[in-house]
Order: sequence, then structure tokens, then C-alpha cells
Amino acid sequence: MSAHDMHADHHGEEEIHVTTGGYVTGFILAVILTVIPFWLVMGNVIQDRSTAALVLGLFAAVQVVVHMYFFLHMNGKLQGGWTMMSTIFAVVFVMITLAGTLWVMFHMNTNMMPKHTDIPALSQPVATPAVEAAAAPVAESSPAAAAHTGHSSN
Amino acid sequence: MSNHTISAVGPREYHLAHEPHPENGTSLGFWLYLMSDCLIFAALFATYGVLGRSYAGGATGAELFSLPLVALNTAFLLVSSLTFGFALIQKQKGNLAGTQLWLFITGILGLCFLGVELYEFAHLMHEGLTPQSSAFGSAFFTLVGTHGLHVTFGLIWLVVLMLQLGKHGITPENNRRLMCLSMFWHFLDVVWIGVFTFVYLMGVL
Repeated sequence: MSAHDMHADHHGEEEIHVTTGGYVTGFILAVILTVIPFWLVMGNVIQDRSTAALVLGLFAAVQVVVHMYFFLHMNGKLQGGWTMMSTIFAVVFVMITLAGTLWVMFHMNTNMMPKHTDIPALSQPVATPAVEAAAAPVAESSPAAAAHTGHSSN
Repeated sequence: MSNHTISAVGPREYHLAHEPHPENGTSLGFWLYLMSDCLIFAALFATYGVLGRSYAGGATGAELFSLPLVALNTAFLLVSSLTFGFALIQKQKGNLAGTQLWLFITGILGLCFLGVELYEFAHLMHEGLTPQSSAFGSAFFTLVGTHGLHVTFGLIWLVVLMLQLGKHGITPENNRRLMCLSMFWHFLDVVWIGVFTFVYLMGVL
């Protein structure tokens, strides 16, 4: 308490009061929340991939909250609530970035990736002149593709 | 008379002599920096989420990642968060030597983390996974490397702060710096939760 009073007199800074108990509680919770996901994966406990991914994601989310509360000492009163406000903003932004990117990119992968049957040059060995014209861009891009594979094999 | 009117118009002040100075503004400012850092990592995680399985016929994460090594690294970082907390508690008690001791232990744990990470990178590159080998490699090294770079700069900061503490003791300035570094260090641990869950554990699934 005396240390707290000592800090209070300079500039009236609001000092976060940390306790050993708080840190140890946070640490124990964090260890539990870390060990279980590692055990789930290393012990091959959940066979279904998407279920396992969902469970791992949930453990990570809970552990982030534990770290925020016990280690970063987050609460709604810090800096008149502005710390919490900026955090909520950041979390919303992170969610939009992650969910939006994955959503858009996986849809592009599924819907716009050309199938072999869509490319005339690959599906028809003997190409008519009209098809040849359509296949021209594909042929144009093939040296670049060949150069890429050549590069990656080096 | 004219002189009087000029002086009346001249030095107009639109701000108060004593500006309202928000209490503990540095903490909020530093927190805003951390949140913007959070957005950098969000972009890198999203990139990894898209490219993380584009192996270009090369090595995959499931073949290469060594989970015991990742578990060791996670332990280093997690324990270092606890030891940093102990340093703050010693600081709160006004015990300079205790603060320095726990900061030193935190720094050693951070060094261990970096050492293991560099060993892992060298091992992966030896096995053929480089930033150039596939989109997976690029995304992996960018994301994990950025985190490692943050830890490196955190360590530099830690050393500088220990020198400052040694020279000036627990002053209000050093106290403020210590609280900022504490936020930075714990934040890196939070980012690491995402790395070990989404990169390593899900990569091995």
C-alpha cells in the first residue's frame, strides 16, 4: 500500500497494481490452455480435421482472453475506457481482415481456378483455328510457368 | 493608442496556458501502437491462412514441423511472461535488485526462445523449406519471422532498460518504460498463441 501511495503523488498517474497471485493464476490457466491443444494434436486425440481445428481455435481464443486479463491487466476502466475501446476496434478489424480474406480467397480458389476441361488446349489435342486463338493467352503464359518451375527446382 | 490596439490584436492565444494533459497518456498511446501491430499480424495471419497449404510440390508443414521444439519455445515465452510479472512486483515493492534479477531471467528466456527459433529456421532451410521454395514457405517465414523480429527488438529494449534502471533506479520515467515494455512483452506472447495454434498445430493436423 505504501508503494502505491508513493506512486500516487507524482502526476496522479493511475498505477496498475499487480499481484503475485494474479500472475500465478494467469500462468497456471495459460499452461493448462497450452498443454491441452498440444496434447490433442500430438496424441492424435480428435480424428476429424475440422472438429480439431475448431477446438484448437476455441482454446486459442480463451487463452488470448486469459493473457489479456491476467498479464495485460485489461479492464473497462483503464484510461477512461479508451484502452477497451481501441481493443474492441482492433478485434473487430482483425476479425474482418481474417474472415474476409479467407472467405474471398477460398471462393476465388473454388470458383475461378480453371479446370482441365475448361482449357481447350488441354482437353482437345487437335485444336481448330478458333480454339487456337482462345488458347493463345494460355500458351503465352506457359513460358513464364515453365520458368517458375525451373526456378523452384533449383 | 495605435500601439495599444496592435497589442490587443497581436498575441491572441487560442490554446490554454495549461493544456489538459491526460493522465498516463503514454500507456494509451503505446496501447494504440500495439493494436496497430495487431493489425499487421492480422494481415500476416490472413496471408498465411490463404497460402499456408500451397506447397508447390515441396515440403509440407506436417512433414517438417517438430512439435516438441514448438512446445519448448512456447514454454520459454510463457515462463518469460510470468518472470516479467515478478519483475513488476519487485518494482512495485521498490526492490531494484529484485527487479533487475527477474528482468535478467526474462531476457535469458527470450534469448532461449530466439535461439531455438533460429535453430528451427536453419533446420527447415536445410530440409529444403526456404522463403523462395513455395508460397507456404514465404508466408511461414514472414509471419513467424516478424514475430521473432519483435522478440529481438523486445530484448534490445530490455537490455537498454536494465542499463537505465542500473543508472537511475526506479524513477517515474523508468517505471513508465517498464510498464510499456511489459505490455509489449505480454503482447508478443499473445501473438505467439496464434502462431503455435494456427501455424504449427493446425499445420500438423
